[in-house]
Amino acid sequence: MNFELTEEQQMLNDSLRRFVTNEYGFEKRGHVINSGKGTDPATWAALAEMGLLAFTFPEDYDGLGGNAVDTLVVMENFGRSLVVEPYLATVVLAGGLIRDHGSEAQKADILPAIGSGERLMAFAHSEPGARYNLSRVQTTARKDGESYLISGHKTAVLHGAQARQLIVSARTSGAVGDKQGLSLFLVDAAAEGIEIHDFATHDGHRTADIRFNNVAVSAHSLIGTLDEAFPAIEKAVDLGIAALCGEAVGAMEAMNTATLDYIKTRKQFGVAIGKFQVLQHRMADMFIQAEQARSMAILAASEADSDDRERRREALSMAKTLVGQAARYVGQQGVQLHGGMGVTDEMFAAHLFKRLTLINLLFGDAEHHLAQVSDGLLAASA
Amino acid sequence: MDLNYTPEQDAFRSEVRQFLQDNLPDDIRERVQKRLRPDKAMTQRWQKILFDKGWGASTWPEEFGGPGWSPIEQLIFEEECAMAGAPRQLDFGLRMVAPVIMSFGNDEQKQRFLPGILSGEDWWCQGYSEPGSGSDLASLRTSAKREGDHYVVNGQKTWTTLGQHADWIFCLVRTATEGKPQQGISFLLIDMNSPGIEVRPIIMLDGEHEINEVYFDNVKVPVENLVGEENQGWTYAKFLLGHERTGLANVGQWKATMKRLKEVAREERDGQRPLIENTRFRDRLAQLDAELRALELTVLRVLTDKRGPGPQASILKIRGTEIGQQLFEMLMEATGHDAIAHVPDALELDYTGPRVGSIDATPAAGDYFNMRKLSIFGGSNEIQRNIIAQLVLGL
Repeated sequence: MNFELTEEQQMLNDSLRRFVTNEYGFEKRGHVINSGKGTDPATWAALAEMGLLAFTFPEDYDGLGGNAVDTLVVMENFGRSLVVEPYLATVVLAGGLIRDHGSEAQKADILPAIGSGERLMAFAHSEPGARYNLSRVQTTARKDGESYLISGHKTAVLHGAQARQLIVSARTSGAVGDKQGLSLFLVDAAAEGIEIHDFATHDGHRTADIRFNNVAVSAHSLIGTLDEAFPAIEKAVDLGIAALCGEAVGAMEAMNTATLDYIKTRKQFGVAIGKFQVLQHRMADMFIQAEQARSMAILAASEADSDDRERRREALSMAKTLVGQAARYVGQQGVQLHGGMGVTDEMFAAHLFKRLTLINLLFGDAEHHLAQVSDGLLAASA
Repeated sequence: MDLNYTPEQDAFRSEVRQFLQDNLPDDIRERVQKRLRPDKAMTQRWQKILFDKGWGASTWPEEFGGPGWSPIEQLIFEEECAMAGAPRQLDFGLRMVAPVIMSFGNDEQKQRFLPGILSGEDWWCQGYSEPGSGSDLASLRTSAKREGDHYVVNGQKTWTTLGQHADWIFCLVRTATEGKPQQGISFLLIDMNSPGIEVRPIIMLDGEHEINEVYFDNVKVPVENLVGEENQGWTYAKFLLGHERTGLANVGQWKATMKRLKEVAREERDGQRPLIENTRFRDRLAQLDAELRALELTVLRVLTDKRGPGPQASILKIRGTEIGQQLFEMLMEATGHDAIAHVPDALELDYTGPRVGSIDATPAAGDYFNMRKLSIFGGSNEIQRNIIAQLVLGL
């Protein structure tokens, strides 16, 4: 039982902290977002240079053999400066799926390419109406000779339009809500029959709405076992949840720091407003929430790589519940304590609030995950 | 970062569990698990059993007769004790006055007082609060005037938990009135059998006698019962409050209570189905379960922090007490309107008369009422927020 970072993790943390502090300021971030490109080549190259894009890949594929705790360190730093690069989509989700389920050929082709920063990827899974239900997949992949034809509609594809390759979930058998009968395919984003709509998100990231109309892929594009992709999808989502929990903790810490600075300097009625007890207690509660969230982000990171499904899912759902609730509280109160300034675009706090809000909505909000924990209690009592 | 216990810690847990299985008397276990009225003899009996094993004081270093356990081992021990249905040990001696004596007392005091605390022979209570000084502890007025080789103590203490059983009381008394209120306070150990001491019960809202008022009328206390230096008591009091707050998270106890709450939710009926199938109730249970997990991890983070527990310990007091209160609220609500009957006789082990509802309904409302104390004592949760705001956040 210990909560300390390893020497490597501490070095990673220090160098990344320096980088986001010195090279990724509020203004710089604004330029990246306004470019509409969804990624900044210089930043992405710098992350590759630091080894971040390959940290969680095996050493055989130019990686460093890291795990979800390393991702926690990375994401916390991203959260602190609200980095909008496609790290979650490319490295955590797509990279994680290839690492854990890809064939030798897929791993050899993709992991080094992600690690060097050459290739962006995305995970196209959610569909309209599915909400947070992971098995509700209507997109189909129909066997056609030696290839598959994919048809369907994917939504909320994080950084989907920036990706060169997509990992697409599709039904190869079974009914719409079945856990059985799902498969994953590697699809070239430029393939014929794909229609991609790129959108900005409220927090400076990008999301895509993607339609597939008889998109042909070879049988070699199958990732993992045919019809058996559901556990892989769950695991990928859990890795994503753990990463988001880490990012949220970084953003909450930044929000608390910004808010604390503000109430120490902003004067009303002749004193700094931080002298008012009602604001002191609010700030104390924000601090408590962030600390509880940090404990749960650590739990999430520690369990995310586990193949003990029940235990992992319970831990991840508990974490996303409390982190989502804490993100809501810290986000809302951070804006509140900034007063009128808090609702302006010029304040960092407003941007932290938006990211914290959207993190809660991704991969299941607090209510969804509370229901998962709750149903787990029922199952345990059966 | 590794959230798993080491093989040595797992082995330690098994050893503790086995000991509890072999040595915790059934009648004590039953009394605790049914949440019946605790009594002095039960607490002392259990303390003696632990003492004989060498485990009388889980938090003490070896030089004073403790087992010298690491913070994690202490936590494992507490958790296993709670899960097995062992009674709570008496904190006032073991965890409150003892660390002060160890850190600030002289050798003679250590030799005189620590053995009785460890064996459970001496029952200690705390003399801090006064009628006029609750959260503003430094405003206390009970006076101790030096007259030759003793102090003469006059004044009144209140909220003295289990003082009706006590052999000794550790008191904050005023020995000087100049300067800031914190500056004239001393830390005195007073024999409860001294002439001039009177203990009067305060009946709590659950109808139980747990707390008291203690009156001092020209009570003579030998000067050798002064701990540390005269007028330095505030320093020792703050040291002690730091110890108290870490313990107040009470994770082991709450894990045992959570386990019982889940069982109760399966046993109680909601019409044709078990209560656990009621989604609204179960969702609240799930929320609390997640919050308890977060508390446990936060405690472990604080305990393994090489810098030691700082003002961050206030988080543990706040969250620990909030979660404890919610657990007892849900235990009450789980038994529904069966909890409305007040049957104080049924809180005794030998009770065979009629009761309303299940065995869990009997103590449910009383416990809930009683537990409102958690967010008030040990520095109210509002005071804890002041501490966080001022000492952690620098406001």
